[in-house]
Amino acid sequence: MTEIALTVGTHSVLERASLDKLFAALSKRGFRLVGPTVRDGAIVYDELKSAADLPVGWTDEQKGGTYRLKSRNDGAVFGYTAGPHSWKKFLHPPAVRLWQADRADGAFEIKEEKPDAQKTAFIGVRSCDLHAIAVQDKVFLNGRYLDPYYQARRENSFIAAINCSQAGGTCFCVSMGTGPKAASGFDLALTEIREQERHYFVAEVGTELGAEILAELPHREVEGHEKAAADETVAKTAQAMGRQMDTTNIKELLYQNYEHPRWDQVAGRCLTCANCTMVCPTCFCTTVEDVTDLKGEHAERWQKWDSCFTRDFSYIHGGSIRATPKTRYRQWMTHKLATWIDQFGTSGCVGCGRCITWCPVGIDITEEVRAIREAPQSPKGSPTGDKHGNT
Amino acid sequence: MAKKQKPKLAVWKFASCDGCQLSLLDCEDQLLPLVGQIEIANFPEASRAVVKGPYDLSLVEGSISTPHDAERIHQVRRASKFLVAIGACATAGGIQALRNFVDVKDFVSIVYATPEYIDTLTKSTPIAEHVKVDFELRGCPINKEQLVEVIGAFLQGRKPNVRQHSVCIECKRRGNICVMVAHGTPCLGPATHTGCGAICPSYDRGCYGCYGPMESANAGGLSLVWEGLGANQSDLVQIYRTFNAYAEPFYTESRIHESKEH
Repeated sequence: MTEIALTVGTHSVLERASLDKLFAALSKRGFRLVGPTVRDGAIVYDELKSAADLPVGWTDEQKGGTYRLKSRNDGAVFGYTAGPHSWKKFLHPPAVRLWQADRADGAFEIKEEKPDAQKTAFIGVRSCDLHAIAVQDKVFLNGRYLDPYYQARRENSFIAAINCSQAGGTCFCVSMGTGPKAASGFDLALTEIREQERHYFVAEVGTELGAEILAELPHREVEGHEKAAADETVAKTAQAMGRQMDTTNIKELLYQNYEHPRWDQVAGRCLTCANCTMVCPTCFCTTVEDVTDLKGEHAERWQKWDSCFTRDFSYIHGGSIRATPKTRYRQWMTHKLATWIDQFGTSGCVGCGRCITWCPVGIDITEEVRAIREAPQSPKGSPTGDKHGNT
Repeated sequence: MAKKQKPKLAVWKFASCDGCQLSLLDCEDQLLPLVGQIEIANFPEASRAVVKGPYDLSLVEGSISTPHDAERIHQVRRASKFLVAIGACATAGGIQALRNFVDVKDFVSIVYATPEYIDTLTKSTPIAEHVKVDFELRGCPINKEQLVEVIGAFLQGRKPNVRQHSVCIECKRRGNICVMVAHGTPCLGPATHTGCGAICPSYDRGCYGCYGPMESANAGGLSLVWEGLGANQSDLVQIYRTFNAYAEPFYTESRIHESKEH
């Protein structure tokens, strides 16, 4: 092995057999390892003991409302696409206790919940999900009200990204400009190459920590043909997207079509079950529940994943603002693709396709945008102008 | 300081199997703290001793299926400050509401040796069709943790944390893999009221709707998915016609598929 200076942006080669050593190096540094593994007929993200837990020889097939786990015979380690879970499961968990309080001597004492600082290495993060993490970073870490729990989890995370070697049936990261190649937000990014005689990874260094970890593993400088193979892998994936979305002026398009008849059509299909928001890697909404014991001596406040598809979500005194499925679906999609841009400066959609696959009735956000784009309604008072009446 | 009197709790049974009120006895670890805070004044399943009303909190189990019960529920209401209907019978008419789809006289003549002894109503109906109900706790049977939550919230004068959304939210929070999308197993979860903890999908089974329809259930939309997975009209009649058969939109949905059967 040739010794090379590992700096941010350099590429090295890591043999397939060295994956174990990557896991060991991370474990040695105190990282809990989480990543893909097969459970209950799907490739999920869970805690991993070793590289043996990775979904070697497994893949998936996805379309609207359908996911199937399939075996493959080439021994690929990361030969699948975005699955039922996203990393928010760990970074923004479904239920978190915020504080507890106990009654004592006529007053009460609040016990603060310390931010969880467990070091966690995320293995196999795809480019769409890197963008999703960046979106949630903007939500939780920008502005006056940053979330200390999220911040602690992010500061203690190590990200080993994987560049996609195949596209799923519901993937459209190319349309959203979020993949399939990891561009930033990782410590190490791997591209898996399977050739007849060889199985290896091209590893790109993203941070100094990534360089330190890689330096502990058997690696060598990448050769021209290996780098070309990695580039070609990603380029092929980009050509194979299962879905596409035209995002030209998408904000204006949706703002001008609040009353489009398509919203009624989609509401007829929508079950308001909220699965799309649960699987979406950027959806961040929560509710808080205050619980008490029977004596009223102990109380706890819990934060739990919530969804704009529930009636309570928009409940204020007197009733729910979004009483109908139409208003809820319109709110979700318009937030994701339009108002999100005003609110956070980016789209709230990263093109992972999870909302399409995991919608029980297979409602397809790309299809909904297409339908509105193909027959847009004229904005009020201005047949060809924008919402302000400018042409 | 004078000792504060404990609020009085009464448990009432109408047409039901007793399973929901037994959930109260099933509270085990929570039962002792509970009796420390509340006086169990009338609970025939637990004690023959009856303390006279009025009662601060009444838990009502069962549906109204006889003329006698249709009278009695008004007495219960008059004696209760706060009335909570518990379980599918009390909130939706229960499994006995299957009579609501047919002529009950036919059943009576087939089942009973002396039909003229039977004095029953043509429909089995939820408590809320007869008197004002302050809160409905769903499920067949109810979830005992939710029952403790409702009683605890009552004692503290706060709103109970009992949501009305789909089972799916609870299922996804648990990290379950969707049995319908990933395995092709028909599941009523997307149209069903949360509260059970998504038990069936957690054991790789489809939800069969014990908690009845959720707040904005689209049964028609879900039926199309079931049909895509191979369910026929008769299957669809069956799945909506169980413990919550009389609750909308399950009631109408089963009738739609029944009319398509013939």
